[in-house]
Amino acid sequence: MTNDKKLLSVNNLSVTFGTGDNPFTAVDRISYDVDAGEVLGIVGESGSGKSVSSLALMGLIDFPGKVRADSLTFEHTNLIGLSENARRKITGDEIAMIFQDPMTSLNPSFTVGNQIMEAIEVHQGGSKKERRAKAIDLLQQVGIPAPESRIDSYPHQLSGGMSQRVMIAMAIACDPKLLIADEPTTALDVTIQAQIIELLLKLQREKNMGLILITHDLALVAEAADRVVVMYAGQIVETGPANEIFKAPRHPYTQALMNSLPESAEGHDRLKALPGVVPGALDRPQGCLLNPRCPYATDRCRVEEPGYYGPEGRQSKCFYPLDDNGRPTQ
Amino acid sequence: MTQQLSAKPMSPLAEFWFYFSQNRGALAGLAFVVFIVLLAVFANFIAPHHPHEQFRDAILVPPVWAEGGMSQYWLGTDGVGRDILSRLIHGARLSLLIGLLIVTLSLIMGICLGLIAGYFGGFVDTAIMRFADILLSMPALLLAIAIVAILGPSIVNSSLALSLVYLPHYVRLTRASVLSEINKDYVVSSRVAGAGSLRLMFITILPNCLAPLIVQATLGFSNAILDMAALGFLGLGAQPPLPEWGSMLATAREFIQSAWWVVTFPGLIILLTVLAFNLMGDGLRDALDPKLKQ
Repeated sequence: MTNDKKLLSVNNLSVTFGTGDNPFTAVDRISYDVDAGEVLGIVGESGSGKSVSSLALMGLIDFPGKVRADSLTFEHTNLIGLSENARRKITGDEIAMIFQDPMTSLNPSFTVGNQIMEAIEVHQGGSKKERRAKAIDLLQQVGIPAPESRIDSYPHQLSGGMSQRVMIAMAIACDPKLLIADEPTTALDVTIQAQIIELLLKLQREKNMGLILITHDLALVAEAADRVVVMYAGQIVETGPANEIFKAPRHPYTQALMNSLPESAEGHDRLKALPGVVPGALDRPQGCLLNPRCPYATDRCRVEEPGYYGPEGRQSKCFYPLDDNGRPTQ
Repeated sequence: MTQQLSAKPMSPLAEFWFYFSQNRGALAGLAFVVFIVLLAVFANFIAPHHPHEQFRDAILVPPVWAEGGMSQYWLGTDGVGRDILSRLIHGARLSLLIGLLIVTLSLIMGICLGLIAGYFGGFVDTAIMRFADILLSMPALLLAIAIVAILGPSIVNSSLALSLVYLPHYVRLTRASVLSEINKDYVVSSRVAGAGSLRLMFITILPNCLAPLIVQATLGFSNAILDMAALGFLGLGAQPPLPEWGSMLATAREFIQSAWWVVTFPGLIILLTVLAFNLMGDGLRDALDPKLKQ
């Protein structure tokens, strides 16, 4: 599927922290593509490298961390090897990012209007009056009531949901081609979560943006994403179209994730949980990283690292991908 | 239908004033500071005499209410017949100017060094902070005296010396605030939007670090006045005949036994000014620190 729609192409991206004998690999050789107008969901439990991979994409990993990649292609430009300034120009203009905690992602010293207008000024210019009008229009678009008076509010005068809406307004202020939403709803309560996601998806469709939705909320991904990337311990374990992954997971980890949803435990006494935790820097197992926790692990899994199996666009990193009935193939 | 949805939120200034005015001590401090500032600004019109003018026929005249006082010298005269009230009023000018100069100098340098240390970290951070530690490890006044002794005694030199002495406080305070702010998402989001280092340091981060710095600067103001008076008293600050409060005290030393007013009034005004600035600083801290707000 090498077409012109391809917006972002990540090829073998690795991020390591620490030096010396035992560097910690937070992100391990991951590759994925995002098409224009596509919603890509990245899921995984805490510590699986979801956020770090997106920070690496934006060039936000600082010194002790090292980023390596064969290529990071955004619209035919390889971001790896660009100077800091050139890269900043591209990422600032074309890629925007929304963070987890809306209460700290707005600068407390300036009014929200001021901050939105700043983003507009840097990337599009225009007189102060035009920028203000545009900022009000943006606040309107993200569904903030009475934007004419809210534009002069300070962040501490807004609720979490409102702040997140303002963040979204700032993100779309310069019409980015790609929006990275790093757990945009984790810090919000459930009713607001639905509204925010709805808003994000609406704007994504209207502006035909690529959207990377990083979350550990499977229900959210099932509902919102076109394609899904499942990460475990810094590696991608399964990729595929959202409906296929949720109908018939190929990787035991994806299956376990879905079994651990409260909905799947209806009628049972206990929730099915995957035993153990994500391996850290010092206890990375040999072979497949999931083998100590995997119910289907064999001797081969304990020695040899599996490659990717399955057709293009629907791959899983397992020797024995599960069949449609959820049983491992032998 | 065009109903206003919410009452207009309190402007930051109104909110600040609301909290500040709750504190009576701070209000009293502010009132006295305003009074001193007015005295300093209009010294030429308020002071009854020229501060340097010596009335040879009225040496060591006691204050007007004491026995032998003269109505044209309200607070009496000193050993060479200069009007103490006029000298105090003109001295306010000098003291405030020096305080302002010292605080501004050390604040600007401290903010720059602290921002650089906190923002870049690593070797730069270590170098700057160890330098600050070295400055802090010496007694403040002793260090100031040493610097003045090298540069030569004058108001400008002693201001420079004192700004250097106060520098570490501002560096540490700025660095600490920067470290707590720099990892917040709004800084990262500015970086994502393409802000460069200078913009991040001075426009994104600095405004959020200002509250503790304002408080420290107000309290530092009183320290500066006090230490300047000490240097003046030791003869290393303002040189006679400049009407600086500390050097007025120094020249009055010989009259402690015989003419109490020559020593008392400069001492009293130093005390009151320092107290006023401290009270005001406390009020500022209460009003600016969100942790102390109800």
